[in-house]
Amino acid sequence: MIGLFYLSGAVAVIATVLVVTRSNAVHALLYLIVSLLAVALVFYALGAPFAAALEVIIYAGAIMVLFVFVVMMLNLGHEAAGQERRWLHPSVWIGPALLSALLAAELLYLMASGGMHAAPLVASTSGRSAAALGTSSSTATAQPPIEPKQVGLALYGPYLLAVELGSMLLLAGLVGAYHLGRELPERHIGAGR
Amino acid sequence: MGSAALTQAWVLTIVLFAIGLAGLLARRNLVFMLMSVEIMLNAAGLAFITAGARWAQADGQVMFILILTLAASEVAVGLALILHLFSASSSVDADSARALRD
Repeated sequence: MIGLFYLSGAVAVIATVLVVTRSNAVHALLYLIVSLLAVALVFYALGAPFAAALEVIIYAGAIMVLFVFVVMMLNLGHEAAGQERRWLHPSVWIGPALLSALLAAELLYLMASGGMHAAPLVASTSGRSAAALGTSSSTATAQPPIEPKQVGLALYGPYLLAVELGSMLLLAGLVGAYHLGRELPERHIGAGR
Repeated sequence: MGSAALTQAWVLTIVLFAIGLAGLLARRNLVFMLMSVEIMLNAAGLAFITAGARWAQADGQVMFILILTLAASEVAVGLALILHLFSASSSVDADSARALRD
């Protein structure tokens, strides 16, 4: 399980770097799908099989299909890929890359200096999590995976209002995408001025 | 999973988020910018899953499902906006959206 985690994590990082450095949109999308599948394997290794299945079905399946169709509708071609290649000059990406690396190094330093272990725990769960930590440090697979049943009970128990809000958000997204995506009548633009 | 592996999952989260942030800042093509936002949202979901595994609670996966909902609606609206912009200015350059009025 630990080897699975390291391997899929390395694949995720490499594929994600390739996503942000490709000049062809379709190539970047395919690498993004690889990255999402690798992250799904990381979820599985972390003991979250339901989240791993959702990652594959919804992220790598539904959302990426949406991306692929839109990239095909845009039909950018070789000219746009050449333009992307010109835009990917080192003087363009060296600044953002340095800033992001600095931010990542800062977060890693905070974590390495005991930021995670010094995080305040809720008083009621501190004993249980300390016990879980103790057992997990002694054996490799101490924590059982969190089953879909537990997730469902939490989702439709204390998080019921969040589920309702999520459905409203999806409805708003549907209406917004339909409104923006329909054919644009030319006279409508002229009348809007 | 030992706590060392959970620490490395945090490292993976941070690295993925930083890559997404760098991509969002460096690219000018709106499709690539939206992809970078997806990478960052995915890293945030990974952070929640890691936290859920750390405390052995189902809440992390619930938050991941909510992030998934947010990402789905965000992609739908964002891609519709990109198509709209492309049909108006026949370009997916972020700079071509400077003058939204005309």
